[in-house]
Amino acid sequence: MTKLISLISGLIFGLGLTISGMVNPEKVIGFLNIFREWDPSLIFVMVGAIITFSPLYLIFKRKSRPILTQFFIIPSKKDLDKNLIIGASLFGIGWGLVGLCPGPAISALSFFKYEVYAFVACMFIGFYLGNILINRQN
Amino acid sequence: MTIINFTPLSAFTGGILIGFAVFILFIFNGRMAGVSSIASNAFMQSTDRPDNFLFLFGLILGPIFYSVFSGGVVSNMTSSYALIIVAGLLVGFGTKIGSGCTSGHGICGISRFSLRSIIATISFIITGVLTVFIFGA
Repeated sequence: MTKLISLISGLIFGLGLTISGMVNPEKVIGFLNIFREWDPSLIFVMVGAIITFSPLYLIFKRKSRPILTQFFIIPSKKDLDKNLIIGASLFGIGWGLVGLCPGPAISALSFFKYEVYAFVACMFIGFYLGNILINRQN
Repeated sequence: MTIINFTPLSAFTGGILIGFAVFILFIFNGRMAGVSSIASNAFMQSTDRPDNFLFLFGLILGPIFYSVFSGGVVSNMTSSYALIIVAGLLVGFGTKIGSGCTSGHGICGISRFSLRSIIATISFIITGVLTVFIFGA
């Protein structure tokens, strides 16, 4: 049953990315192009998602457990470490270079474009390299 | 600065759907829908592997479903392969060591009022804006 939920959640998420235009790198670059010709649309994507999820999260996190599993898995780290700032900053550079972040990149695999395949392959190599660094640090 | 291509309604509608998708995964499965974590876990960790792959599969089905009902999806990427390779590596490496991406930090984390996620989101938007400013759009 959790598998069906995962699929449905992914599908709705992918529909949202498509309707909002986030699967279009050109539009994402337009959002980041604040200093020239700016397309502020993506602010509305974030605001729409946050005002939907945030109140529901605050109401339901008090429940002792999720409907289908034993407990909620929520990130517990609190410290603002170097990895967080450096990682997020490097991610932003990659995001600005071509206009794809992980969600839309995966969704865009459906367009059968070699450029997207190349991006996603490199993204997974990046995950792997990041994982090596994290293991070395520990 | 001039405003162009502004589509607030479709952006907001898409955002609500994304928020709802995040909520479903949270309330049923108890998990946060951070795509970089789900994608990297799908390949590097054996726990919940089928769930993670099915979520990613759903993401791929999204645009396909949409085009069945609407006719087509616009997606233009004009970058060179050199740029695509560098960008892909940075996005993968950065989200791995930074523990999240636009969805994990920008949506899930900010919805939980996580200070880490707020700082991360500000960081990647700043470097993203600077990158577009320097390399052009």
